[in-house]
Amino acid sequence: MSVGTSVTRRDAQSKVTGQALYVDDYRLPNMWYGATVRSTVPHARIKNIHYSPNFDWSQVVICDYRDIPGRNLVALIYDDQPLLAESIVRHVGEPIVLVAAPSKELARKATRYVTIEYEELPAVLTIEESLARKQKLFGEDNIFKSYTITRGNVDEALASADIVVEGTYRVGHQEQLYIEPNGMIATVQADGTLLVQGSLQCPYYVHRALKELFELEDDKVVVIQNTTGGGFGGKEEFPSVVAGHAALLARKAGRPVKLVYDRSEDFIASTKRHPAIIRHRTGLTRDGRLIAAEIDLTFDGGAYCTLSPVVLSRGVIHALGPYNCPNVRISGRVVATNTPPNGAFRGFGVPQAAFAAEMQMERIAQVAGFSPVELRRKNMLREGDTTVTGQILNYSVGTAQVLDAAIEHSDYLNKLQIYRNQTGSKRRGIGLSLYYHGSGFTGSGEEKIKGRAAVEFDKEARIRILTGSTEIGQGTRTIFPQIVAEELGIDLAQIDFEESNTAKVPDSGPTVASRTCMVVGSVVQKAAAALKAELIRRIALSCSLPEEGVSYKRGIFYHQDQPLMTLTEAAARFCQHSPIRTEARYSSPPGIKWDDASYTGDAYPVYAYAADVVEVEVDMDTYEVKLISVLTVSDVGKAINPRLAEGQIEGGTVQALGYGLYEEVFWKDGHMLNTRLTNYIIPTALDIPDLETILIENPYPYGPFGAKGIGELPMDGGAPAAVAAIANATGAFITQLPATPERILEALCQSKHLSDSL
Amino acid sequence: MKVYSPTSLQEAYEILASTEAKILAGGTDLMVLWNSNVAKLPQVVVDIWRMKMLAQIDDEGEVLRIGARCTYTQIINNPLTKNFAPALVDAARTIGAVQIQNRGTIGGNVVNASPAGDSLPVLVAFDAKVEIGSLRGVRTVALEQFYTGYRKTVLAADEMVTAILLPKQREDEVSKFYKIGTRAAQAISKVVMAARAVLQGGLIAAVGIGVGSVAPTVIRAKATEGVMLGRQIDDELVTAARRTMMNEVKPITDVRSTEFYRRTVSGNLVAKFLREIV
Ligand SMILES: Cc1cc2nc3c(=O)[nH]c(=O)nc-3n(C[C@H](O)[C@H](O)[C@H](O)COP(=O)(O)OP(=O)(O)OC[C@H]3O[C@@H](n4cnc5c(N)ncnc54)[C@H](O)[C@@H]3O)c2cc1C
Repeated sequence: MSVGTSVTRRDAQSKVTGQALYVDDYRLPNMWYGATVRSTVPHARIKNIHYSPNFDWSQVVICDYRDIPGRNLVALIYDDQPLLAESIVRHVGEPIVLVAAPSKELARKATRYVTIEYEELPAVLTIEESLARKQKLFGEDNIFKSYTITRGNVDEALASADIVVEGTYRVGHQEQLYIEPNGMIATVQADGTLLVQGSLQCPYYVHRALKELFELEDDKVVVIQNTTGGGFGGKEEFPSVVAGHAALLARKAGRPVKLVYDRSEDFIASTKRHPAIIRHRTGLTRDGRLIAAEIDLTFDGGAYCTLSPVVLSRGVIHALGPYNCPNVRISGRVVATNTPPNGAFRGFGVPQAAFAAEMQMERIAQVAGFSPVELRRKNMLREGDTTVTGQILNYSVGTAQVLDAAIEHSDYLNKLQIYRNQTGSKRRGIGLSLYYHGSGFTGSGEEKIKGRAAVEFDKEARIRILTGSTEIGQGTRTIFPQIVAEELGIDLAQIDFEESNTAKVPDSGPTVASRTCMVVGSVVQKAAAALKAELIRRIALSCSLPEEGVSYKRGIFYHQDQPLMTLTEAAARFCQHSPIRTEARYSSPPGIKWDDASYTGDAYPVYAYAADVVEVEVDMDTYEVKLISVLTVSDVGKAINPRLAEGQIEGGTVQALGYGLYEEVFWKDGHMLNTRLTNYIIPTALDIPDLETILIENPYPYGPFGAKGIGELPMDGGAPAAVAAIANATGAFITQLPATPERILEALCQSKHLSDSL
Repeated sequence: MKVYSPTSLQEAYEILASTEAKILAGGTDLMVLWNSNVAKLPQVVVDIWRMKMLAQIDDEGEVLRIGARCTYTQIINNPLTKNFAPALVDAARTIGAVQIQNRGTIGGNVVNASPAGDSLPVLVAFDAKVEIGSLRGVRTVALEQFYTGYRKTVLAADEMVTAILLPKQREDEVSKFYKIGTRAAQAISKVVMAARAVLQGGLIAAVGIGVGSVAPTVIRAKATEGVMLGRQIDDELVTAARRTMMNEVKPITDVRSTEFYRRTVSGNLVAKFLREIV
């Protein structure tokens, strides 16, 4: 059978042989190349734009905001971000002027002959400065959005708690670092249709943005996704900017224009993970039961709102971690600063929140002398329990399974004991994290989108899947056919996948929020089931049989138990003139309720759960951390394709360990300093040990064959587990990511550990 | 751009004497600079990749003569360097990764003059000399005198480095190489140290320590060596050597590390060296 088997990725061969075409591989006839002039200051009024007479401007095309026919904005949540700056720039790297030229070199050269004259304004560069309203950037208080979740009475509970533990945790930016930088090609066709192709996750986001910018009807904008070298959320909203720029240039130049960033420009221009400051005050009973949790989160949104409110909302909902607590107050806000806008990034607010939540659990265990495992076991959510938003978890709660398996497979308890109080120059440590991630959109999100997908059945009995969900490396184009093959009981080879082209596929909602497999996969399954029903209807009609008497199993239609015809025969019979197309829409599982006003209810239809155990060795001469072993146990509901599921988890875990131990953006006066792979440090294969990945299948009754969303889950737990391991090894309790050797040294000095030995 | 690919020294010297030219060896530093617009593209390039006479490693008695265009891969695999310059082999193994080791040269590392060049602490610790050639003749300069400041060398425009003269490690000598990078591979050093010592009758009879990434140029840790020379290795010496090293280095805080970290780790590495050779 198809679901549950590790069939080879459909794009494996074309990718490993280099045949897959990425946007930069395309060279259209008469195509020109674009380049971008960006702000070099964090906050300023543009006084003048000077085009040097030492350059022959007749060879190139120049665009600024005045060339935009529609509204000058990147359409998203708030209409605050211009496609091109007008009179004010609000962050370094903000695009101001575009140039297209017959060659990339000439386009880039031209940008060097454009000088922007600024009148600098005071810049707000940190969360603290923004909260202090050093300068008003957004509204009255610089707050893009805030949320509060309340449950019970936290003040009373804190006052009566036997133990109260406080902690403050900080995380910085994280760069997306998809392998392929952002890029687009725009073409205006003879009939005025604007065609944009490129590297992106959400064709319909780009579609909508272009419609607004160019005041075009739906069918006059076509967006095609080319093979995309990773996205992680970085190609969720940001590609609208690149597409808008390429389209502006293409319209003015009257020819196709390609705009592809190099790595440094991508670092400077594109969205990153939100930095955050998170404070916890936790009250417990003497025996270690959580009775009060006061959590305060502030995210740095950067200069424009982008998707920050949604990122914040997910962070706030996940802020406590997968634990029970009757009295909770979680307040979160996302503030404006004069730094490049932060945006969607795998985990979407949870990696920040989970780092703080799990380090807080570690701190509680340490301060109050609890076993980290017992503390978690005592408090973790189980079936029937209620979350901070008042959601009762009725099914598929894998906390106990993942925790038990992780503890057992890693020998955690034993090692935790052994590794305490070491004295050598190399010290081992072991760390644990328990975490969860809501699958699909938050709250009423899925209901608002009602994602669509379709299948088409043609006269050759081939089935074509039509969906706006894209392949960004995570395996969409492999698992959807598996789902359809399973639903119809047919061979995978019979199933095709339509290209991601807004003129051809329905809007399934964006490829984000761990929703592709679980949410859109279920819609695809429904569309396939609808095809079955439609064929049964037609067969019944043409054979003059009652519909109820006709059934289908594995490629054959039956009347009672007698075979009527095969799928192939049905195709020949009903699809001679045109294929049969059946479409389905998402609908929430029964009983799901969410109230946006009070922020209560079923925040997600289901959660995926996981536990990580990381073992490290810290070199006490250099404070370098070597990862010895990494174990991830994940409750995925059902692995449609186990190898791909493991791949998602391994990749996400490495990204999480990068976040925890290596990745840091350095800033000076609003400029990112380390815009190259030589100084923005991500781990290499040599830094990562063999990863052990255990999948636990705790089916979600409304997912395709039980599947839950797992794309983001592995991003949440690696950092706290690694940092807990460092604490176990050295006694250094790091509260700020990444836990670099420099921070370990500082923490050791603070704990006076080191000064004795110096 | 004009590119010359000379095959003889005379030819190369003549080009260098007649025009302002940039020497290209493996290109692993230059291509990065050019690509990122940090350095302007030169008008004339002298590609020395095909100069076989610069790609040899010879035994010259007391010293190894390592051609400037020798790659790290050559250094890693050559029996002479394996036998007589194990610290240099260790350093070569840490540079970039295999692709860079196949292409990057020791001459390029020396002339590029980065304080983080990983071969440089070894060369300084072992009193290596740089052999420099031009139409005007051949001269040798001690590596310690080769650098005049941050990314500045004594090399004149018409000169090129032809070889590194590296004294062999003595039989009674021990050496260690420590690279502290930002990760396990493809990493630029935050602190890099090479140290050698001869122990006689429990006393340190000879010592050389080179440290990189802790000052504008690679440095020879003379004060620390002074503290160690003639002493026996005990806790007191370890503490004294660590303290001296921490004062001797002049690091800065940048995107790779902090001043405090570099200073502390430099001290720790000397202590580690002493622990390891005792
Ligand atoms: C991905 C990557 C990783 C790296 N990792 C490391 C690392 O871990 N450690 C490290 O130390 N370095 C590292 N480097 C830097 C680089 O590889 C080394 O410095 C290398 O030794 C340079 O040698 P090359 O032959 O490639 O020099 P080139 O780039 O050809 O030249 C460098 C400079 O030296 C000059 N030059 C070269 N040969 C001569 C000569 N014979 N006479 C006069 N001038 C000359 C050139 O004109 C130029 O100014 C890395 C580089 C990259 C791209």
